[in-house]
Amino acid sequence: MRIVVQEAPFDLGDEANRFAAGHRDMGAIVTFTGVVRDLATGDLDAMEIEHYPGMTEAALTEIAQQAQSRWSLGDVLVIHRYGRLEPGALIMMVATAAPHRKDAFEAAEYLMDYLKSRAPFWKKEHIGADASWVSAKDADEDALSRW
Amino acid sequence: MNVLYFAWVRERIGHPMEEVESEAETVGDLVAELRAREDRYEAAFADVSALRVAVDQKLTDFDAPLKGAREVAFFPPMTGG
Repeated sequence: MRIVVQEAPFDLGDEANRFAAGHRDMGAIVTFTGVVRDLATGDLDAMEIEHYPGMTEAALTEIAQQAQSRWSLGDVLVIHRYGRLEPGALIMMVATAAPHRKDAFEAAEYLMDYLKSRAPFWKKEHIGADASWVSAKDADEDALSRW
Repeated sequence: MNVLYFAWVRERIGHPMEEVESEAETVGDLVAELRAREDRYEAAFADVSALRVAVDQKLTDFDAPLKGAREVAFFPPMTGG
């Protein structure tokens, strides 16, 4: 398992290749990547991500451990950035390796659902001179009930 | 204990962390003490249903005991991913 919380950009290809290398018994690698999405109006200047150093790493580790206990996984990777990110920038990625794809897909979805509302990150949208905190969505909280 | 604030809670209160001397038995008691301090605390804690709390970096609820706690953090619902 590898959990990374960093301000710096990461290279999706390098990370995915490194994660996939070295497994002879994993038939499935699933990766998900979150990207800063511009508004429909094209006005978003940046997304600022704040986090709680220490608790963030602990919460992500616990979520990944839960995934490992629920599915047959060979490995888990979580990378999440913080700081000021512009539209198009990669915010985060998860990757799962499993003998079979169902476990890899489900575990990746589980990681994403929990990471959205149980890991201490907060997003703030910057639009011109205005900045506003992104509200949590009920749908994100509801998504946890399926697990 | 150290009390930490994040996101709009931090902005309303005006600082990210402070040391608080308190005999509060629960998170709820601590919130009541903080609210009584100044208007900016009252503004931040007016609706605790809009807040989440962590004690020693673990998510918990407002009934949680504070005995032995070193760090309490208040913040809005999280928006990661």
